[in-house]
Amino acid sequence: MKNPSELLYTESHEWVKEMEDGTVKIGLTDYAQHSLGDLVFINLPEVDDEVESGEAFSDVESVKAVSDVISPVTGKVIAINEELLDHPELVNEAPYDAWFVQIGEVSDKEELLSVSAYEEIVAKEEA
Amino acid sequence: MELKTPLYDCHEALKGKIVPFAGYLLPVQYETGVITEHMAVRTKAGLFDVSHMGEVIFTGPDALKNVQHLMTNDFADMVAGDVRYSPMCNDKGGVVDDLIVYCIKENTSYMAVVNAANRHKDVEWMKKNLIGDVKLDDISDNVGQIALQGPKSAEILAKLADQKDIPTKYYSFVKTGKVAGIDCLISKTGYTGEDGYEFYCSKDTACELWNKLLEAGKEFGLIPCGLGARDTLRLEAGMPLYGHEMNDEITPKQTGLGMFVKMDKEEFIGKEAMEKMGTPKVKRIGLKILGRGIARENFPVYSGDKLIGHTTSGTHCPYLGGAYAMAIVEKEDAPLGATLQVEIRGKKVDAEVVKVQFYKRG
Repeated sequence: MKNPSELLYTESHEWVKEMEDGTVKIGLTDYAQHSLGDLVFINLPEVDDEVESGEAFSDVESVKAVSDVISPVTGKVIAINEELLDHPELVNEAPYDAWFVQIGEVSDKEELLSVSAYEEIVAKEEA
Repeated sequence: MELKTPLYDCHEALKGKIVPFAGYLLPVQYETGVITEHMAVRTKAGLFDVSHMGEVIFTGPDALKNVQHLMTNDFADMVAGDVRYSPMCNDKGGVVDDLIVYCIKENTSYMAVVNAANRHKDVEWMKKNLIGDVKLDDISDNVGQIALQGPKSAEILAKLADQKDIPTKYYSFVKTGKVAGIDCLISKTGYTGEDGYEFYCSKDTACELWNKLLEAGKEFGLIPCGLGARDTLRLEAGMPLYGHEMNDEITPKQTGLGMFVKMDKEEFIGKEAMEKMGTPKVKRIGLKILGRGIARENFPVYSGDKLIGHTTSGTHCPYLGGAYAMAIVEKEDAPLGATLQVEIRGKKVDAEVVKVQFYKRG
């Protein structure tokens, strides 16, 4: 699958979509969903929860394992994608549509990667 | 250094995701993924490489006597072609391994199939405890083992084998059968809760047998399955796994395997210890997770505020569509239907005590 060029990426395999109003949506990359395998459970924070850059805000479980999803920004959860709670497989099927959370009041942001920089990291991990 | 099974090249060709497991390199899944592979076995058929399992042969005038001495089940009435499950215990009644015993010839020849991770420990234990006139051979390195599992298994096998070579009774086998012209032992056994067969052949013909089975099964929806589906299938069917539901410290009776311990048998290793222990205060239960989350291995189980035990395995069961776990807990606190709590990463989540055989084929 092609990683969309309009998104930004993290080394820990999240994608970030910067919205016009200054909020961001966060999801998991195609590489991440492929490495994890079939997802069967997703834990999301609640609206109004604070998230901190570099800290886990969600965890996802595949049939065999649990992994954290790390926030690249500090801010407040303004929306969660409730559909994922009942349908975690959407992350496997369409990772770039399956956003996890939308974060507002963004006060800090880690350095995000362009698609080409991210793909270099993936290529190294796959090697 | 992990070993390759005779089917390693087949897994590579099929793009299996290879991981080290019990000293072997085996596919955890293929490109289809664990859920698709799991569902194929429940609704059509799946093919597994189980060559990592160990095979040990007892031969000689005292073969039966040794099997009776080493294992807790009773094998005296077995006839050639019968298969029987049994724990093998240490002096304290803890489980050294659980295995299946094939009666090749009454009284004088038996094959025990053991868990890969325990193979060397088992052989050492068996050798140390041999009695009388018997020979023990570990033939594991020369044997390929393939499992064909699922409701379509019989139709698939019928394409490749003569009716006389196909065992009809669950837990029986035909010693010298042919599948697609390849010599093998054909056994009606498995570890998925479905109908199916296991084939034991020479390591040199394993790849050919694998490919012939896949080809014949294609029209029935047969796909190769990895260790991931093997684990979710056995768990969904409530089958115990060594190292999880049992170990050197847990007795068979504490983990719901009392029916495979024949206390009326004259003697066997572990009998005395189990007699002294009497009826255990703990038991293995099934738990259906009612709240959100998935219980994994070794999560605390509570009845209210009282810690009553731990989970031994747990996962999301794809066919039943929910999270299930097995646990060993204090008996009196966990009657069928009771609501207990499992601590899932810091949060207590409700779980109902259900029959441990979560899935039963219809």
